[in-house]
Amino acid sequence: MGQKLKNFRAGVRAESPLLIGVFPFGLIYGALALGAGLAPAPAQMMSSIVFAGSSQFVAVQLLHESAPGLVIVLTIAVVNLRHMLYSASIAPYVEHLPARWKTLLAYLLTDEAYAASILQYEKEGVTPTGHWFFFGAGLALWITWQVSSALGIFLGAAIPSSWPLDFAVPATFIALVIPVLKDKPIVAAAVSAGVVALLAYNLPFKLGLILAALVGIFVGMVLENRA
Amino acid sequence: MNIWWIMGLGGVLTFGMRMSFIYLFGRFEIPATVKRALRFVPPAVLSALIAPALFLPNNSLDLRFSNFRLVAGVVAILVAWRTKNTLLTILAGMTALLILMLAANHL
Repeated sequence: MGQKLKNFRAGVRAESPLLIGVFPFGLIYGALALGAGLAPAPAQMMSSIVFAGSSQFVAVQLLHESAPGLVIVLTIAVVNLRHMLYSASIAPYVEHLPARWKTLLAYLLTDEAYAASILQYEKEGVTPTGHWFFFGAGLALWITWQVSSALGIFLGAAIPSSWPLDFAVPATFIALVIPVLKDKPIVAAAVSAGVVALLAYNLPFKLGLILAALVGIFVGMVLENRA
Repeated sequence: MNIWWIMGLGGVLTFGMRMSFIYLFGRFEIPATVKRALRFVPPAVLSALIAPALFLPNNSLDLRFSNFRLVAGVVAILVAWRTKNTLLTILAGMTALLILMLAANHL
């Protein structure tokens, strides 16, 4: 048990600096979900059922705009596609574990848990209790996300409805996008997706969003091939 | 579709993607094209959500200074670019919008 607990604690410790960034994000999510018209119960349950910050923001925004359910589900999937990359990258380190561990760790595989765990795995390799590190990091993030969402839902009810709380969503997206715009193809992907989103905004079923994302990805890949 | 269905399906798909290669390990390799495409997904999707929120406040293009959301968005973009700090960017954008709305008596 000693080694398991030691690894678990090391995972929690490695995750803690990331939690400082996640907590306010959860607060904003909770407040915003209420602002978008969700009842407290589904707003909170989304944090454990979907358990993926940016896609929850997107879902709340689309619910607010009364987008059709299928488009919302599809958008959640597209926003969360990157988790397949994490899954592929971490797979060799959890290959030896029983199915229940794989299932639990897959559920906890968020951006932040991945970031902390992959560094540890790359440093230490596969050890008999190494998955307890991953579990510690993942669980610390899970608890933080649930608590901060709940607090946001609680506080959200106290904010006057005339306040432009919904603007926190585009502001959050700006904060996430600008730092990744490091090379020409990625800037072109972002700009072309934004322009198509404006031109195609009135397409039915919010399909303009999907079209814009596809054009952006395509433009980025074409430019990258030329470079 | 009701909210519980949306969350249920969204949750199953998200879990499925997180589980995908952990489950398939050794049986399947991600195609190189897909790997390359993935890096463009976040900026493309997020920009497609940002642009209408800033430029189309009432479902029509508004490039005037009185479009406070556009002004506050530009403030947030500048802060994000200079600081790369998530929380500071959100706070700057929200504060700018609140100040503009207060000044124009829109609150």
